[in-house]
Amino acid sequence: MTRALALHLGVIAALFAAQYLLPSYHQTNIARIMVLAVFAMGYNIAFGYTGLLSLGHALFFAAGLYATGLGIELAGLSAAPALLLGLIAGGAIAAATGVLALRTSGVSFMIVTLMFAQTGYLTILYFGTYTRGDEGIVINRAARAIGSLDLSADTPRYFAALTLFAIALLINLMLTRSRLGRSMIAMRENEQRSRMLGYNPFRVKLIALVISGLYAGAAGAAYGVLFGYVGASFATIQYSILPLLYVLLGGAGTTLGPFLGALIMFYLIDISSGYTTAHLFVVGAALLVLVLFAPKGILGTLRERAVKWLP
Amino acid sequence: MAAIILFARGLTKHYDGIKAVENVDFDLTAGQIHALIGPNGAGKTTFVSLLSGRITPSAGTIQFDGADITRLPAHSRVARGIAYTFQITSIYANLPVFDNVALAIQRKGSKHLKTDTMAALARVGLDKMADQTAGTLAYGHQRLLEIAMGLSMNPKLLILDEPTQGLANSEIEAFKALIRAVTPQTTVLLIEHNMDVVMDLADQITVLNFGEKLATGTPAEIRANKAVQTAYLGG
Repeated sequence: MTRALALHLGVIAALFAAQYLLPSYHQTNIARIMVLAVFAMGYNIAFGYTGLLSLGHALFFAAGLYATGLGIELAGLSAAPALLLGLIAGGAIAAATGVLALRTSGVSFMIVTLMFAQTGYLTILYFGTYTRGDEGIVINRAARAIGSLDLSADTPRYFAALTLFAIALLINLMLTRSRLGRSMIAMRENEQRSRMLGYNPFRVKLIALVISGLYAGAAGAAYGVLFGYVGASFATIQYSILPLLYVLLGGAGTTLGPFLGALIMFYLIDISSGYTTAHLFVVGAALLVLVLFAPKGILGTLRERAVKWLP
Repeated sequence: MAAIILFARGLTKHYDGIKAVENVDFDLTAGQIHALIGPNGAGKTTFVSLLSGRITPSAGTIQFDGADITRLPAHSRVARGIAYTFQITSIYANLPVFDNVALAIQRKGSKHLKTDTMAALARVGLDKMADQTAGTLAYGHQRLLEIAMGLSMNPKLLILDEPTQGLANSEIEAFKALIRAVTPQTTVLLIEHNMDVVMDLADQITVLNFGEKLATGTPAEIRANKAVQTAYLGG
């Protein structure tokens, strides 16, 4: 077993243990953070590894969220198939977006993905009869269960979030060490050179974006089932920016960065909002410090300075 | 054994009225080392970019290995066996040396990526530096890495754009030996300014001037060619 794998298993084990040590309030927080971290991991696969700066990932998260929520509320699915539907929806919407958006790059790509996400948000509002627009849908508690496991209760919810997180993290680690992962990084580092090594940039980037969409879709689906609410606010620009901030804070192109970023950002907002209503100011200040002193994020800087083997 | 692996007919590239490459007919014999020379701005890099697919021609056709590749994108041409190394070193500067070459080798579907990559590095003498970040290599080593990436693809045709630029004399000798060793399995087309290298290595030489083909022939023929002398000496 390599030290990288040991580190990742250690993080998962620590989160497992945390369940028994944390009071209920923080337990719910960590469950939420783990789901958001899966979303951020997906974002990181596109942005951190492949160099695709998307401003539209809320669309993929919302695709998972709504596919699952509407699957339960309108089609009467049980939680397990609805979750699967959410995962697929995230990947499918990412594929459709990618086929068009990946014809552009750089700033144009940012704008096109932003527009797609905005269209998704407006679509949710437009079909208010089904989605209940801004108000959103509260998923009935009875449906939030897999078999006899009630996912709306604290402990099963925590373990469900941890299971998703662990799977996502280990796949992420495998991906970074695979040939596909290497060719994704090659796109980020030097697209022209990669083309002259025989890689079709469009193809590699589309695959990366679909994997990224599957992560976001899975996170959205899980969020709906675990926390019981499906609303249009999750499709707004804010939810496209959040994973970007998590990834920048934790370290773009690091496997554990998205989780670390989500964890710190979540508690930064949580704690500072206890003292001031201007908690977004605290977030902004933290980001400024980050950009000035550690532009590669916490783990990115750590990798550069000390722990070279950090994946 | 004089099979033509690649030929171009009427190859032309205009940029807003500037004739970078004008109506060039070109034949490349399989297994040979073919040098492309000409004064600065003669259109050499544009010409090989047309062959490798980095830019699309304004007119003309290109056939490679029996198929018309004129409309193929660059990455598909690479898949057919055309490798291109850049004039300005274009390695993955932030990645380890190992990954630079592994990227070339895994594309060919290698089963033993690690062994094959190390072997390819050993071929240019960079195996000891596999873990080093490519951008921190000395310039000459970066050029060798660039060449190693091209060779790792086991191409049918290897296009080298000024491979010896910035190399020390001892490194040039090693480079020449390396290129001789890959022929005749691989056909080599190289753009080169160093006339000693050209005269020493090339089986055939084509001279470009103002985007047009001035002459083609063996090193001895080119040396004796009046038009070439005029173009070079400005007489």
